[in-house]
Amino acid sequence: MNTHNGRNPGVPLDLRWVEAARVNRSAVERRAATLPTRRSVKQAWQAAWLLRAITLMDLTTLQGDDTPGNVQRLCAKARRPVRGDLLEALGAHELPIRVAAVCVYHAMVPVAVKALAGSDIPVAAVAAGFPAGLTPLDLRVKEIEYAIEMGAQEIDVVISRRHVLAGNWGALYDEIRAFREACGDAHMKAILEAGELATLRQVYQASLVCMMAGADFIKTSTGKAAVNATLPIGLVMCRAIRDYAARTDHQVGFKPAGGIRAAKQALDWMILIKEELGDEWLRPSLFRFGASALLADIERQLEHHVTGAYSASFRHPMA
Amino acid sequence: MTAPIAEIFQTMAYGPAPESAKPALDWLNAHERTFGQFIAGRWTQPDPSRLFDSVNPATGQPLARITQATQDEVDAAVAAAREAFKSWSQTPGHIRARYLYAMARHIQKHARLFAVLESLDNGKPIRETRDLDIPLAARHFYHHAGWAQLMDTELADCAPLGVIGQIIPWNFPLLMLAWKIAPALAMGNTVVLKPAEWTPLTALRFAEVCEAIRLPPGVVNIVTGDGQVGQMIVNHAGVDKIAFTGSTEVGRQIRIATAGSGKRLSLELGGKSPFVVFDDADLDSAIEGVVDAIWFNQGQVCCAGSRLLVQEGIAPRFYAKLRARMEKLRIGDPLDKAIDLGAIIAPPQLQKIARLVEQGIAEGATMWQPSWACPTEGYFYPPTLFTDVSPAATIAQVEIFGPVLVAMPFRTPAEAVALANNTRYGLAASVWSEDINLALDVAGKLKAGTVWINCTNLFDAASGFGGYRESGFGREGGKEGLFEYVKLKPSRVDPLPKRIAPHAEDGAAANPPAHNAPGNGIDRTPKLYIGGKQARPDSGYSLAIYGADGAAIGEVGAGNRKDIRNAVEAARAAAAWGDQTAHNRAQILYYIAENLSARRAEFAARLVQQTGCDSASADAEVAAALDRWFTFAAWADKYDGAVHRTPFRGLTLSVNEPVGVIGIACPDEAPLLAPVTLMAAAISVGNTIVLIPSERHPLSATDLYQVLDTSDVPAGVVNIVTGARDELAQVLAEHADVDALWYFGSAAGSAMVERASANNLKRTWVNYGQSRDWFTLTAAQQAEMLRQATQVKNIWVPYGA
Repeated sequence: MNTHNGRNPGVPLDLRWVEAARVNRSAVERRAATLPTRRSVKQAWQAAWLLRAITLMDLTTLQGDDTPGNVQRLCAKARRPVRGDLLEALGAHELPIRVAAVCVYHAMVPVAVKALAGSDIPVAAVAAGFPAGLTPLDLRVKEIEYAIEMGAQEIDVVISRRHVLAGNWGALYDEIRAFREACGDAHMKAILEAGELATLRQVYQASLVCMMAGADFIKTSTGKAAVNATLPIGLVMCRAIRDYAARTDHQVGFKPAGGIRAAKQALDWMILIKEELGDEWLRPSLFRFGASALLADIERQLEHHVTGAYSASFRHPMA
Repeated sequence: MTAPIAEIFQTMAYGPAPESAKPALDWLNAHERTFGQFIAGRWTQPDPSRLFDSVNPATGQPLARITQATQDEVDAAVAAAREAFKSWSQTPGHIRARYLYAMARHIQKHARLFAVLESLDNGKPIRETRDLDIPLAARHFYHHAGWAQLMDTELADCAPLGVIGQIIPWNFPLLMLAWKIAPALAMGNTVVLKPAEWTPLTALRFAEVCEAIRLPPGVVNIVTGDGQVGQMIVNHAGVDKIAFTGSTEVGRQIRIATAGSGKRLSLELGGKSPFVVFDDADLDSAIEGVVDAIWFNQGQVCCAGSRLLVQEGIAPRFYAKLRARMEKLRIGDPLDKAIDLGAIIAPPQLQKIARLVEQGIAEGATMWQPSWACPTEGYFYPPTLFTDVSPAATIAQVEIFGPVLVAMPFRTPAEAVALANNTRYGLAASVWSEDINLALDVAGKLKAGTVWINCTNLFDAASGFGGYRESGFGREGGKEGLFEYVKLKPSRVDPLPKRIAPHAEDGAAANPPAHNAPGNGIDRTPKLYIGGKQARPDSGYSLAIYGADGAAIGEVGAGNRKDIRNAVEAARAAAAWGDQTAHNRAQILYYIAENLSARRAEFAARLVQQTGCDSASADAEVAAALDRWFTFAAWADKYDGAVHRTPFRGLTLSVNEPVGVIGIACPDEAPLLAPVTLMAAAISVGNTIVLIPSERHPLSATDLYQVLDTSDVPAGVVNIVTGARDELAQVLAEHADVDALWYFGSAAGSAMVERASANNLKRTWVNYGQSRDWFTLTAAQQAEMLRQATQVKNIWVPYGA
């Protein structure tokens, strides 16, 4: 098995494997619905898991009204996501509690890179015609190259949903291959926008093709669609990752994004990862939350753990 | 207990997530941890000399002391139920509905207490009691509140049975109580219920619900104790019906004990249910299905999917996935919200599981268990997978009732069906394939009362649950389950004056006109009719048949057990009759009527000759017989199933399947009409039959086979064996390949049939020596016959694009 910091080199497109995929929606939904009822993390364990959740977070802003001002604020929060006194009280002041990355639009990459200088926190840029993915391929590739030039170390690309809906796996494979090449040393996350795919089977198939084409991560959503990261979608993608690892020995990361706002949701996702992929995946190299509002709720829960009283958002520095 | 947060941050381990036991323990303490019986709305004083412990299986520590009921107490409970029945059976459906609704509400209001108490007493995970047992129990009362409300209109021809004795197992204590009590009360019966001695606590808490809602005293009585108390209920003369859920062995004993008593009986027994995975299944989902199938309630589930059948090409991959999944299962304190398996109910059960696993290893199967260890305190057993298992292995045949799965490969769908059905049980099955053609085809061929497609262990009050074969008979849930708790209103059964021709010795014999005697021409020798051929009796003997005037009018073959054997084989070989379209069967039944009609005079004359009735009566009987063929031809394509309204995205298809091979022993009265009625009802829905005609007047039945021969009835659908009725009926009753036996004869014969049927627990329908007005067949009676001729299979088909 390759190391966590290693890349997924991809494998040749195996259409037989793609076509053999079978996903039963009802059964997947049942598993997804019962997972959070089968596991529960309480007290110190909950606090520790939430701290871990922070380190798995791609702290994100992807708004049309983003300016250098709010991006700089986000980066400052990324460096110090939790109040020092809380970390002290939790006995976690010596832990490396900072977010995994900051995720912004390409135009904001230079601002973020500068704001995070010296922190070791990478900047992730969405690219490739985000969120629709309907710009010409050469422009999408150029976008990736631009983001990397500006200092992005991780690139979140969107896939062409139309290739999935049409079953045009060759085209999807080639597209992701081209993106991967453009990424060079930057880690590539392929956004399936699963809410726009027709079936869970297509979610599995698209996951597989993206991994075959060399995606380092597969990501559920842009956060811009009606349906974003749901546990059934996540379960199917995790199973694809597991199958891919079993057959190719390459570990691919997973990033749910969109709609994850509550600490309880974060715990549910981490339980899903622990159960379906194993503890190995509960690291920033293989798992990320794409989230904007999640951190604020986690901070409140951590304070509750320390004081025993429910907290309020204004008690925590905003992003 | 608290590891430092910094350390957990690194390990990402699960910590304890305990549900508090305190409210349940407070409740036990408030009762000084000692309980009497709940009889006639009052609690009996616990007698210190006969207390036994109810133990927490997760710790081995006693939870409470329970009273072993005495015969006097059981008598008192039955008497209280009998007394309460007088008014409860007359209580309007709407009022009964209110009580059932109140029970549902009370269970919901105290759901967590019930859940914790159940988990403590049984050892099953709190997740299961909280999310499944208790909500399903409440749902059962809600659903049956509705049936109480609707009984007057939807079951207008039905009346309650009386006092119901109910004996329930330890694996789903409150849920089984709900399955028993809700339909019984909804239909106007009163009950004496005995919870299992290992798990009585939620039943006792339920008695408090009865108090709280001011249920009239005696409507529900709860007596506690071991199997001896169960026997007292089973043998009690004041009980009208026994409803039992438990082991096949005890079910068999109950069948024997109640034989001939006239007590109605429903049995929900053991299973060795197949879990079939085809190579086009969603394998990861199927793995979760296996978890729910065999590790739900530690595998202590009658319908547990305990035999895994995997298509050969994917078997190694599937087993690998399964082992990886098993490694992730968590076993431990049942009150921990994050565990998958709790404790085994008690040491004897634990020892039985261990013994069978040892035997599996000794017989050469490969055993695998996860690397982690079980708790050392309490009664725990790890999830266990056997591969390299052959159908001949003990562990592939016997019900283990524990977390032990046996796996074997199959090559083709046909082989999957054959392996799945290679068991004496038939409770449930699970089929996994993304090909709906394949899945539904296989579902239809499986011998099981419930088939789950791409799902498993789903239950709902709106869907009947119950077994084929030695998994018992009767259904619980759905409209089909209500008929276990009602009888047809007597006023509708016997409203007409008897029109049965008197027997010769009754002294009213009329001399048949000579020119009508069929014997006038060439000697006709009725033979046995087996597999579409006329067969000489194996014995080589014939029996003389006498007419009403005492003169010999012919001879029939003296059938013996070998003839029955041959007839059953022919009937089994003709099973394709059940696969024909109902339209085809209807056409053939109409055609029989057409051909019988052409010989109307001859059949009437035969009746006159045999019974001495007047020719008008005889003609009326033939006319009625023609009407019967039409009636059941009409029903053939109309007695269809339903799509139950279960709370689930999918279809729960309730399919009326033929029972299979039915033996029919005919009465002496109505020697043409009785066999025609029973024959028509049985074959109209696809059964094949072995019919024993009236011993005294068999010629009307034997005359029929020529009609059948000319009516395109496939060979083997109807087989007729003449001879000594009870002797032949006993062979049928004991025959393991006969699925049901209808017996219309003496009281002693009825008792014999019920007793002998225990061999394979076949369904029986007997008359206890009561005569029946064969000329009357009300709509309700038609429905009853069709119910006797069918068994309900519920097929759960989830969907979702």
